[in-house]
Amino acid sequence: MATMNMIQAINSAHKVTMARDPDVVVFGEDVGYFGGVFRATEGLQREFGITRCFDAPISEGGIVGTAVGMAAYGLKPVVEIQFADYIYPGYDQIVSEVARMRYRTAAEWTMPMVIRTPYGGGIFGGQTHSQSPEALFTHVAGLKVVIPSNPYDAKGLLIAAIEDPDPVVFFEPKRIYNGPFDGHHDRPVTPWAKRAEAEVPDDHYTVPLGQARVVREGAELTVLTYGTMVHVAAAAAEENGVDAEIIDLRTLVPLDIATIEASVKKTGRCLVVVEATRTSGFASELVTLVQERCFYHLEAPVERVTGWDTPYPHAYEWAYFPGPKRMKFALEKVMAD
Amino acid sequence: MSDADPQARRNAPALTLHVPEPPYRPGDTPDFSSLVVPPAGATARPDTTAEPRETFPLTDALVRVLDEDGRAVGAWDPKLDPDTIRKMLRDMVIVRVFDDRMYRAQRQGKTSFYMKCTGEEAIAVATAGAMHRDDMHFPTYRQQGLLVSRGYPLTKMMCQIYSNAGDHMKGRQLPIMYSDKEHGFFSISGNLGTQYPQAVGWAMASAIKGDSRIAMGWIGDGATAEGDFHSAMTFATVYNAPVILAVVNNQWAISSFSGLAGAERATFAARAVGYGMAGLRVDGNDALAVYAAVQWASERARSNNGPTLIEFFTYRAEGHSTSDDPTGYRPAGEAQQWPLGDPIARLRQHLVALGEWDDERHDALVKQADAEVRAAQKEAEKLGILSEQGRENIESMFEDVYADVPWNVAEQRDQALKEAQG
Repeated sequence: MATMNMIQAINSAHKVTMARDPDVVVFGEDVGYFGGVFRATEGLQREFGITRCFDAPISEGGIVGTAVGMAAYGLKPVVEIQFADYIYPGYDQIVSEVARMRYRTAAEWTMPMVIRTPYGGGIFGGQTHSQSPEALFTHVAGLKVVIPSNPYDAKGLLIAAIEDPDPVVFFEPKRIYNGPFDGHHDRPVTPWAKRAEAEVPDDHYTVPLGQARVVREGAELTVLTYGTMVHVAAAAAEENGVDAEIIDLRTLVPLDIATIEASVKKTGRCLVVVEATRTSGFASELVTLVQERCFYHLEAPVERVTGWDTPYPHAYEWAYFPGPKRMKFALEKVMAD
Repeated sequence: MSDADPQARRNAPALTLHVPEPPYRPGDTPDFSSLVVPPAGATARPDTTAEPRETFPLTDALVRVLDEDGRAVGAWDPKLDPDTIRKMLRDMVIVRVFDDRMYRAQRQGKTSFYMKCTGEEAIAVATAGAMHRDDMHFPTYRQQGLLVSRGYPLTKMMCQIYSNAGDHMKGRQLPIMYSDKEHGFFSISGNLGTQYPQAVGWAMASAIKGDSRIAMGWIGDGATAEGDFHSAMTFATVYNAPVILAVVNNQWAISSFSGLAGAERATFAARAVGYGMAGLRVDGNDALAVYAAVQWASERARSNNGPTLIEFFTYRAEGHSTSDDPTGYRPAGEAQQWPLGDPIARLRQHLVALGEWDDERHDALVKQADAEVRAAQKEAEKLGILSEQGRENIESMFEDVYADVPWNVAEQRDQALKEAQG
């Protein structure tokens, strides 16, 4: 057992799977010798050789396209898209090829691969390094979508994703790579080392895909969230004195609907908290599911906390980011009467 | 001239936009006399270990082996034995007969869609002959010759076209979007160009594993305009991947002539120059030239000498698909004017010139091909035609989205079954 931040946990997941399975290959922009701009692949090339972990041209379409060919050959590619904001040149390959290969060939060809990509704001990355495009992938049949919120889950989920027979888009909330973020940007960052979730086994283990985690049990309100917002939401509930059940979804597809349903039926209230833009986002899907399945248990309309329907504005980072204020207003509204 | 000089601006010519137009439209008389067709045997054949730049003159030439009299001439003559040539001729004839039968089947309402490769049969068939049986292809929709040549059952192809019980893809794919792992034929996509970097990735994987198999990616002239073409070329050269990248330049992308993909300015083979990749431009209606070029590129790839871009110069003799009527955008008789001739007629002429073939044997071959295709069609139709499909086994529609059926898909399956019963 070691203390790890999310980067170290993700790095460890690579090492464990690469050592166990010679078919796992890792490539992407700057991931080889340098070890990635966030250092997630550091040391892999040294340890496993230059044909197991290597740099790719700046071509997300080429990275995903060649990964399809490698998966067809029988390898298990784990590719890094440097920022989720850069994933769009690879979108056609992901949507039209990766996602549908099992279906269109009736499982003659399958695409066991992981597309890792850092996403989300709170790092002054401006509109090209801050986006949360997960809904563009949850909308595509055939993809699994995973978003960890802490080091232990990051390693266990990534190993599970690499070992999964289906393609997984693995979004990493880069704001919390080095420490959890409660939304108070004016306060000093707490490192992961102080948290229990930073205790990460060195060896192989998995966190199964499709299982949410109840971060905090509560009686008054169910909060459905994932990624960075798990920490923002948990802090806000506490600060506002709401006895909230905080559910970290961890996997958006397949979704742990049983945990969601049980919690909302217990609390009678639901708040969905995401970073992404509001309209047609994954929050909308969650609200709909709760409405369809728990309507007669609800004591108040389901509320959403989201980013605004604007591109991510650099200088207005903290007016854009769904932080403590937006949380407070939403909690007040969903808890009223 | 400075920005502050409005007078000079006023005197500058108005900018004009060039929108390419083919030389002939319906009603025109096509004239290919200005097309430069170099004589057969005129091009040099570099060593397969040559530096890419030694091939660059060949990207603006045309590798041709069969001359006007049907003789094989020059350095590129693959010197094949008559049995090999007869096998290629047989496969090409099968493909043509098959295309005609399936075109007719679509017109008879037995399926929704079909695509012929008339005039392009030599390209896939001769390629299959020149490569190893276990090399991997990432084809487009006009390489049915690969399957035929590798002995894939015609009945299975037809079952796919009819989406019937014999279709191992369970009726999920548009007709002719074949896939067969066993025959080294990757699933065809309708999204053009996507298979090109996939072929490179497969070849990279083969190299990572120290395998000896190579890959071949296929694309049409039109889809070279896609970004996937560029990424495939880049990855192939960067990693020296053991891959052959083919551009089948049949000069038409539905109604858009090759000028809309840049053919007015340079050949497609010349794209190789900018990447530092070996490149060849080949007469695609000359089966022996196709064979020789693919054999050359295969040897090169297999010995770690790198990838090759091959442009097969040909002509799409018929419509893009059963949904297309080319008389709406090009002269009706254009295919007959095409100076590189018909690939089947040219190979037949060659065998006759060798004293290895005659009219009688050819007639017998066509008759036999016709019988074979008809028999296959009869077998396939026993398993059903498209209009009878899609009612039974509705639950299969919800399989293979993932390895396991997730709850949401399961709920939708149950609803679909209820709809079907209701």
